Amino acid sequence: MNRRRLLLAAALGGLVGLAGLSRAEERVIRIVAKKFEFNPSEITLKKGEPVVLELTSEDVTMGFAASDLNVDVEIPPGKVTVVRLVPDKEGTFGFHCDVFCGDGHEDMGGRIVVVAA
Amino acid sequence: MAQAFDRRDFLKLAGLGGAVFASGLAGCAGMAGAERDEFYFVQLSDTHWGFKGPALNPDAAGTLPKAVAAVNALKERPDFIVFTGDLTHTTDDPKERRRRLAEFKDIVSKLDVRTVRFLPGEHDASLDRGEAWKEFFGPSNYSFDHKGVHFVALDNVSDPAARLGEAQLGWLKADLARLDPAAPVVVLAHRPLFDLMPQWDWATRDGKAAIDILMPYRNVTVFYGHIHQEHHHMTAHIAHHSAKSLIFPLPAPGSQPKRVPIPWDAAQPYRGLGFRGIEAEVKKPAYDLVEFPVKA
Repeated sequence: MNRRRLLLAAALGGLVGLAGLSRAEERVIRIVAKKFEFNPSEITLKKGEPVVLELTSEDVTMGFAASDLNVDVEIPPGKVTVVRLVPDKEGTFGFHCDVFCGDGHEDMGGRIVVVAA
Repeated sequence: MAQAFDRRDFLKLAGLGGAVFASGLAGCAGMAGAERDEFYFVQLSDTHWGFKGPALNPDAAGTLPKAVAAVNALKERPDFIVFTGDLTHTTDDPKERRRRLAEFKDIVSKLDVRTVRFLPGEHDASLDRGEAWKEFFGPSNYSFDHKGVHFVALDNVSDPAARLGEAQLGWLKADLARLDPAAPVVVLAHRPLFDLMPQWDWATRDGKAAIDILMPYRNVTVFYGHIHQEHHHMTAHIAHHSAKSLIFPLPAPGSQPKRVPIPWDAAQPYRGLGFRGIEAEVKKPAYDLVEFPVKA
């Protein structure tokens, strides 16, 4: 993710940071990407609850984009990509892979459900 | 497909059906010394050669040849033809990718037009960063001039993350630098340069940077593909026109939760598929777009 987009995303809300270890008070959610699915493909968060998404890829570089929550990162294989997120609105928000990964890329996505705290 | 199309007849017919879209290209007075004329070119897009999916297109192997025949049946020869990407359907197998590119190239070699320009789409180029595509078609970004209009082809697909990249943006800026701000410029690309629907991957990550570079030029029109439907959009004075596909249509942006292709309709075969004729009137100046169907 380029730095300008990251700063913009952080400024617009939701995304707090991308790097660093999870803190004790943060819930950690691990999401594994592989052609052509995310596992889990649906996660439920609480509004205002800080969470850490730990994203990994089992094969090629993937994308994880949830534009409604201002999240857009790349997930290179062999490392953990960390996204800190504090949902500031309730609702159901889609996410998808935005790094082309093959026949099935267009169907690779999931959703984040944000409920009241 | 034996019917011969006359583009002016089509302008009349399409006008009745509301299919003509004219994009203003006002104010080319600054083109000192440039050749001025009207000309005609054809845009085809998203042919996805190698795709198999009978529910979406039971004539996947026949649609491209039909389109080639339809272009050859135009009464007036286009000056040139451009394919705006996704010539082939993606495959993980490099050998199969090259086989599809070779078959595509062989089929379109039957186009009865001397000059045919090509752009890659993500299905052609994203898995090997354009390596195979360039073996067949050469550089994936380039420019050329035609009768007073400057054409720029951009590659926003060889990076699988849909970036043009700093090097290409720098090239674009340098390429345009010699032009008068009033010069007519046509940009060709596969993905939209603006954020049409990022949730559906209908965007270019650094497309805004390209638009910013284009913005000082007063007469810019963008033709692109990727979204498998006709769509028209303005970013300030810059017009963006997407083309139909020649394999299957996709739903209108945001019209449904998921970007699921529109199934084949046996009652209306080839519905939503087609190609585009563009009459560039440099003196007026304007672009008249005519959408052509594919017929059995």
